[in-house]
Amino acid sequence: MLRIHDTTPVKFHETLVEKFREIVGRYPEGKQKSALLPILHLAQAEYGWLSPATMDAVAVFLSIKPIEVYEVATFYTMFFLNPQGRYVLEVCRTGPCCLVGAEKIMQYLEQKLGVKEGEVTIDGLFSWRGVECLAACGMGPVLQIGPNYTFYENLTEQGIDTLIDELKAKSQK
Amino acid sequence: MARKILLEHIQVQNINTFEVYRSKGGYAAVEKAIKTMSPEAVVEEVKKSGLRGRGGAGFPTGMKWSFLAKPDGIPRYLVCNGDESEPGTFKDRFLMTHIPHALIEGMIVASYALGANTSYIYVRGEMMPQIRILEKAIIEAKNAGFLGKNILGSGYDLELYVQPGGGAYICGEETALLESLEGKRGNPRIKPPFPAIAGLYGCPTVVNNVETIAATSWIINHGGDEYAKIGLERSTGTKLISASGNLNKPGVYEIELGLPVEEFIYSDEYCGGIAHGKRLKAVVAGGSSVPILPAKLILKTAADTARLMTYESLSDGGFATGTMLGSGGFIALDEDACIVRNTWNFSRFYHHESCGQCSPCREGTGWMEKILHKIEYGHGTLQDISLLEEINKKIEGNTICPLGDAAAWPVASAIRHFRDEFEWHVNEPMLSQKNNYGLANYGA
Repeated sequence: MLRIHDTTPVKFHETLVEKFREIVGRYPEGKQKSALLPILHLAQAEYGWLSPATMDAVAVFLSIKPIEVYEVATFYTMFFLNPQGRYVLEVCRTGPCCLVGAEKIMQYLEQKLGVKEGEVTIDGLFSWRGVECLAACGMGPVLQIGPNYTFYENLTEQGIDTLIDELKAKSQK
Repeated sequence: MARKILLEHIQVQNINTFEVYRSKGGYAAVEKAIKTMSPEAVVEEVKKSGLRGRGGAGFPTGMKWSFLAKPDGIPRYLVCNGDESEPGTFKDRFLMTHIPHALIEGMIVASYALGANTSYIYVRGEMMPQIRILEKAIIEAKNAGFLGKNILGSGYDLELYVQPGGGAYICGEETALLESLEGKRGNPRIKPPFPAIAGLYGCPTVVNNVETIAATSWIINHGGDEYAKIGLERSTGTKLISASGNLNKPGVYEIELGLPVEEFIYSDEYCGGIAHGKRLKAVVAGGSSVPILPAKLILKTAADTARLMTYESLSDGGFATGTMLGSGGFIALDEDACIVRNTWNFSRFYHHESCGQCSPCREGTGWMEKILHKIEYGHGTLQDISLLEEINKKIEGNTICPLGDAAAWPVASAIRHFRDEFEWHVNEPMLSQKNNYGLANYGA
């Protein structure tokens, strides 16, 4: 669901707009809408999520209607329609990963972070969720962290501890 | 050691770079095709090879290419399907990560054969690292004159771009993929028209899986007839199998089609048997959508012959006692795995991934998930099992795209082969929350 709580217009900075232009150049004349998904990924990497104001700005840039952006952003699971933690830990919860312990890893993560799936920790650093198959079934359990989608394979509880410590340390730099 | 085609040089250090890939004979297929062959001759070689679509459907690639409409003045497109989201499948990730140039080379050869001057590789958005790898490989190939204007002085131009998806299983379906590439929701299109007539931007388009495209280079280098000699009968060549679940050595293996399933599971060259000394209970042989089989039926057909890793042998016995090779996503379940829980998990997946266009799939997948959840948590009735079967029949064949079938088959086959485990959950609600049903009579 779209959450409208801030209507301040978004203005993308010039380097981002340059990237947008490069992407639009990949498609034939008049087919600039094809750039929508790549641009939404870049916008999300910039702001951490896609606010309605961000989507409106994308619509203006691509000369398409805002609804054309909303309907796409709400269809694809990678796009966040609400603010997230700085690090979003996405654990694969599909069959093959569950055969090798993904459910336990999610329980452990919930306990370790002290927040339920989809919620953000008080310090704003972490949120987590279960996601569907990440195409890494042989290395399960796995999790990924955007916006670069770094992968962590063969997860254990100990591995989760180390990862969280590393991310905490990184955030203080 | 078995024959390797796609992964022949996988152990070579820095094979992901252009220089090393080239030094191992890479891009020879581009030179051969563009300098010495007509596009029609390339299509002909691929036809002769018997290569079949490696994404799951197994449709003959050469035939798919020959269906491409070629009206004057209208561009044609090649789109590579790197959406890889079928649970159990992770071979394309492996290929794109470690030998990206194998895909780029294949894309150039295939684009030339189809007369495409702009081609796209659609990669699922979660594979951002792989997208970066491919983009780097494209720049390297372009700098070496294998992409861009006037490739190798031939007058043939080709631009190649990588497109990220947004996290949607449905975009592995080719028309949904094209919608997504046009910047829309991934709703599959009604066919006909097929993409070969009206695909990307309404132009003639071929959509091929990553592994399929990568295989074409070898075919051009060595000839379609040579490729057809590898494998078994109509299952020619090699196939990447993604092995996961309760195995000693899960991973990606290149096999020559025709390998006995038993050898694949138990030999040290491949999966090395079931992990922790346990026994095999069941296998999902071709990605989560194909029917699950108990151990005894995956190792041997109902006619008591050895089951082989081929399109034909795996489907021997039809859906009554057989399954499908599909995408090669080979998921092994050991004696401790709960079939009901696994089926519920897959149903949740399909419910989550249904695009919502067709009512039977949108509603039916949700009903199946709920009923399976109820049975798994000890609240089911025997009527629920029949209700699942009934819902299955109402989804199957009644949707625009095959996601409906893909959601129905795992449930139908689980009940077909493991009905007593479902009934046990109903009849022993307390016990089923503490214990597993175990191997029962499903072992080999």
